[in-house]
Amino acid sequence: MKTYDFNDKYIIDLKSEMAIETENIQVSYGKNQAIFDTSLKFPRFKIISLIGASGSGKSTYLRCLNRMNDKIATVDGKIMYRNVDINDPKTNVYEVRKHIGMVFQRPNPFAKSIRENILFALKENGIHDKNELEERLEMSLQDAALWEEVKDELDTSALALSGGQQQRLCIARSIAMKPDVLLLDEPASALDPISTSKIEDTVQLLSKNLTIIIVTHNMQQASRISDYTAFFHMGHIIEYNQTRKIFTKPKIKATDDYISGDFG
Amino acid sequence: MHPKRTDKIATGIIYAVVATVVAILVFLIGYILYNGVPDITWHFLTSQAQSFSAGGGIRDQLFNSLYLLLLTLIISFPIAMGAGIYLAEYAKDNWITDIIRTSIEVLSSLPSVVVGLFGYLLLVNQLNMGFSILSGAIALTFFNLPLLTRNIEESLNSVPNLQKEAGISLGLSDWKTITKIIVPEGLPGILTGVILSSGRVFGEAAALIYTAGQSAPSVSYTNWNIFNANSFLNPMRPAETLAVHIWKVNTEAVTPDAHAISSGSSAVLIIVILIFNLGARFIGNHIYKKMTAAK
Repeated sequence: MKTYDFNDKYIIDLKSEMAIETENIQVSYGKNQAIFDTSLKFPRFKIISLIGASGSGKSTYLRCLNRMNDKIATVDGKIMYRNVDINDPKTNVYEVRKHIGMVFQRPNPFAKSIRENILFALKENGIHDKNELEERLEMSLQDAALWEEVKDELDTSALALSGGQQQRLCIARSIAMKPDVLLLDEPASALDPISTSKIEDTVQLLSKNLTIIIVTHNMQQASRISDYTAFFHMGHIIEYNQTRKIFTKPKIKATDDYISGDFG
Repeated sequence: MHPKRTDKIATGIIYAVVATVVAILVFLIGYILYNGVPDITWHFLTSQAQSFSAGGGIRDQLFNSLYLLLLTLIISFPIAMGAGIYLAEYAKDNWITDIIRTSIEVLSSLPSVVVGLFGYLLLVNQLNMGFSILSGAIALTFFNLPLLTRNIEESLNSVPNLQKEAGISLGLSDWKTITKIIVPEGLPGILTGVILSSGRVFGEAAALIYTAGQSAPSVSYTNWNIFNANSFLNPMRPAETLAVHIWKVNTEAVTPDAHAISSGSSAVLIIVILIFNLGARFIGNHIYKKMTAAK
């Protein structure tokens, strides 16, 4: 494997309003450090892709942003969200996750009806008004582009849906919570091209009201949908810039090698 | 040797082994049912056992077995559930967990006679509970707990971790995620385990001889006062179960129809356990379908 100088990095200086900022994030699993000193800013209502080879730490980094690494890894550094450091152990982690939703690589609907998949967490969080629940159910399924396909079978099991539909249901389930930021961890990697393109359309529509941070292996996907792209290599952030610039004129050699396939 | 031939021989041996297992089971159950079923009459199921004359039934023994099973489950299920949830969801991978697991394994391999004698010394004598259904139920809890715990743990572990992550990522606490998502999904497996362990408890004799006792004093099935010694619900009365009854009839009975009673009782025992087993499969499948497939 080629060796690169991890100090040779480029991070764009952004001035617009930020959804989340991380400062000097370090993640370690026991003695193994997985993320080194990562400081990134994610502008509101944009789509940001995190790319990199397997094991580059991009998923680990993403999971820090809504504290999904609690009990799994040690995360040091600051994660600023609305002027609060959400990485502070005193922060109410459940509240954080209501504002920062997550969709995983493999579709994981609950073994409940489609309706219950969406409404379960809402009810558990104290929303009991029937109209409000119905409204959120339809709104979230509409936004996830699933409403037309399932509106007549809301009470059937979510496990009877296809993989692509299940994944859109998981997106709907997250956005029903009305989050501010949506984290997507390779949401289309287990899906066929048609389902993938539906997910991509959905993501682009959602970015009108949401900040979306998406981990992807698929560089075409990153270049198609995202406004900004961050390239990770071996736990280090190497380059963060506008997607267009990353894919046309990368500033760092490692990025250039990775996107041109001359890597490793 | 030719791979194809090796494969044929291996397959043949496997089939033969499986056939042997099935044949033993069929022979055993068939023999017991063939000998016992003709002795089962309504009178047999609904009358009291006789000490000296013929024509005794197993009403009290059958009821005692079921009541003891119920009490055992009431005691052991919550404990096993708590332990199972702890091991499946909370336990860290460290030496404490190792010790807990080893303890459970040791406990599960204790011979039931030893459990019975321990129950006799501790519950019956030290704690002055006497030969009673409660002593029996606690002894059977020792006996039942490890397998039930292991079963619940495995049922919960079979629910993909992704489900837990899904719940947590929606801002739910670990506890809510476990009780509202993981446990319902593991429920068919848990239920199957409970019913199968019920079969084991139902057929257990050795541990009960020294704890629940071997006598079946006559009880009133109309006395609902649980504290009355005469009541069928009183947990402090001695209670001979069906399995103990079979053992006693075969070793020390003087009734002329002892053989018929033991055959009939054995058949009833087997039939109840078969109902448990088939019921476990049926209910498990039914719940799983209801929860996952379309209504």
